Amino acid sequence: METFLQHVVNGLILGGTYALLGIGLTLIFGIMNVVNFAHGEFYTLGAYGAFLFLSLLDTNFFVALLGAIALGILLGGACERLLLRPLLGESIETTMLVMIAVWIAMQNAELLAWGGVAQSIDHPFPQAPLILGPISVAPLRLFVFGTAVLLILGAHLLIHRTRLGKAMRATFQDRETAALMGVDIHGIHTLTFAFGSGLAAAAGTLLGPIFVVYPSMGDLAALKAFSVVILGGLGNFAGATLGGLLLGIAEELGAGYVSSGYRDAVGFAIIILVLLLRPSGLFARAERVG
Amino acid sequence: MKRIGPGLLAIVLLTVPLWVGNPYYVHVLIMAGIFAILALSLNLLLGYTGLLSLGHTAFFGIGAYTSALLALRLDWPPWVGFLAAVLVAGLAGYGIGKVSLRLRGAYFVLVTISFAGVIYLVSVNWMELTNGPLGLPDVPPFSLGLPGLFELSIRTKPAAYYLVLAVAGAAYFLCHRLVRSRIGRGFIALRENEALAESVGINGTRYLVLAAVVSAAMAGAAGSLYAHYTRFVSPEVFLFTYTVTMVIMVVAGGKGTLVGPVLGAFLFTALPEALRAVTSWQWQMLLYGVFLILTVFFLPKGVIPTIETWLRERRASP
Amino acid sequence: MSLAVEELAVRFGGVAALVDVSFEVEPERITSLIGPNGAGKTTAFNVITGFLRPARGRVLYEGKALTGLRPFQVAERGIVRTFQKTNLFHRVSVLDNVMIGLHLRGRMGFLSILLGDRRVREEETALRGVAEEILAFVGLAHRRDEVASALPYGEQRLLELAVGLAARPRLLLLDEPVSGMNPAEKTTVMGLIRRIREQGVTILLVEHDMRLVMGISDQVIVLHHGRVIAQGPPGEIQSHPEVIRAYLGGR
Repeated sequence: METFLQHVVNGLILGGTYALLGIGLTLIFGIMNVVNFAHGEFYTLGAYGAFLFLSLLDTNFFVALLGAIALGILLGGACERLLLRPLLGESIETTMLVMIAVWIAMQNAELLAWGGVAQSIDHPFPQAPLILGPISVAPLRLFVFGTAVLLILGAHLLIHRTRLGKAMRATFQDRETAALMGVDIHGIHTLTFAFGSGLAAAAGTLLGPIFVVYPSMGDLAALKAFSVVILGGLGNFAGATLGGLLLGIAEELGAGYVSSGYRDAVGFAIIILVLLLRPSGLFARAERVG
Repeated sequence: MKRIGPGLLAIVLLTVPLWVGNPYYVHVLIMAGIFAILALSLNLLLGYTGLLSLGHTAFFGIGAYTSALLALRLDWPPWVGFLAAVLVAGLAGYGIGKVSLRLRGAYFVLVTISFAGVIYLVSVNWMELTNGPLGLPDVPPFSLGLPGLFELSIRTKPAAYYLVLAVAGAAYFLCHRLVRSRIGRGFIALRENEALAESVGINGTRYLVLAAVVSAAMAGAAGSLYAHYTRFVSPEVFLFTYTVTMVIMVVAGGKGTLVGPVLGAFLFTALPEALRAVTSWQWQMLLYGVFLILTVFFLPKGVIPTIETWLRERRASP
Repeated sequence: MSLAVEELAVRFGGVAALVDVSFEVEPERITSLIGPNGAGKTTAFNVITGFLRPARGRVLYEGKALTGLRPFQVAERGIVRTFQKTNLFHRVSVLDNVMIGLHLRGRMGFLSILLGDRRVREEETALRGVAEEILAFVGLAHRRDEVASALPYGEQRLLELAVGLAARPRLLLLDEPVSGMNPAEKTTVMGLIRRIREQGVTILLVEHDMRLVMGISDQVIVLHHGRVIAQGPPGEIQSHPEVIRAYLGGR
């Protein structure tokens, strides 16, 4: 029972960052109808961004995290502006191909820049775990989870409480009508992609210090993001949040009780099972018909 | 011109080992031939039925493992393994097609990726069968005939070249016949307008599954050739990079044409090899990404359709 | 009796599109289904041709149930439809559009095609001939090699008719075949519909153009709010009080 609880707690902590990844991806899909295969690369970018600020510029740990997220936002915005805006109105396959190309290009650029050796990110938190009754948690992990929760709440408020969020939701519902009502679709797309990429970078910068940082780390992150999004239903914010937490727990339990070799199979299995049995996601309301 | 062109091409292709002395170039052509089969097979789905399958390398890998395992574990002659690879990959195509063809668009794409991902993980973790990440070394070279009676072992590069050329040629003509038949028109109809296709009596599910089976079987054939030519199979054959390479070949060459994927296969096998001399692998892949973006922006239909349009316009306005 | 629709009901979410619709279509006649927008005409087409499952009721064709069949199976039974909005194989040539429509007339299977059977080529030649005939019938022979999407609107609608005819219907369902056409084109289509009927094809027509409907129909069925409110020959329908009320608005 104690190990079970421990697995669940570890899963929740991982799940918080998976949710961040998933929310970014699901917003980009829901609002822009773009399947962003480069999403994992923005995650990698976040991790390397933090590493860059810390090791080369010698900044404070928390400043490095913020800097990395800003880097993700900037590059995401640029990517939308340069590569996706000219393709507005093209088929989903076309933008998918371009994002696959961005993924390949970014990953290999990172390989060129950093080499294939894994790096670790130093952090100021004590190593000794906090013992809370039957479970123990490293202070860093607690910080990561707390930050992820804050970011998710922030994203939620942005989407549900601001004018910008209202415009985003309008675009999600019906792009043409939103445009007719005076919503600046181009602007919304750029901001959405920048925001989604920023969330991916945040996830990377948070998990970077827990694990190690290497150029192809984004591949698995992308897989996880996709399974989270599908679990929650494409374009569904709350679904992605719940989906992320669920995936984190499922992975920890799977790795703990079945076999760690198939840890990553959990993501694929989720995608296959959910899409074949309930393609609108586990938490879909009937808001997307057809 | 219409008569001379293909004839000349056939002569050139058939005599390659005679005037290409450098075995490395022959090797590149063999790999181009294997990828041409893969690109043709993916094109059947992507170009004609309009379905973007991003798990295509699964069938390539299944073919490679089937053929290699039958040769290594059961001592089956490679040509029997080849047929088995075609069969097993075709069956896998049937199974995966049957369950995933209910989905469209992004959903279909993600399910196909996931299937390939699961098969990759199985190939890594099922040590007893696949020897895991270490792979299967010492796959015997391809041979024709029956063991004991007579045997023609295909060990040299020129021999492998002719074998691959023969299979690639067969794949090309198979696709040619198929897409210009009522079945091929059914594929195109489903790509263009599924509802209208059904309302003139085209059974969508049946035709899409058929396309998936033929496509998977062809990829399986390519996998078998690959296994016996490189004589080594590892879980790498299931990696997404292979699928992406095939997609780039089809898209850059021209999806929905027959020559396009073959040309794409040739270009995108030769190009990285040419780049290899001057740059590192990472630069190559980086350029790959850039090439793909440039293709989508400047040659969205691919090379062959663009040339066709250009020729037609030139003829129309002299 | 050719087609019989019995007590059909269809609901979309909470909205009833068809409440309780029953009607019959006489063989080798032109029957029109009319009614104000949203009356449920296209919904009825979708149910008959297998694109939509009804909540209740059934559709019989020559005494056999169609309900539950998929669209291509309905087509195999000789029931072919056209669509309200222009619906073609857009990036394919005019001739190939019709060749696709001829799908059910081809017999060659997968293996014969792969083996390059001589009969495959013979069948192709024969089908091409039929396609040319159909194109000549609708007056598009001169456009055969052009891409469908390059045709002007009126000709695209004629091509839709050609694709439908290629599938060799015994019952042809036409969904607003002349909408958006100019008067000359409408007259052409009216003539074509008559000639199709003369070849022994039963026609069920949805159309807003009353001149066309009253001019060629043998029987008119009026739908309003998902119910049949009147049926009979055109003369009778034109003076039917319920129909006049439905078209003038209010209930």
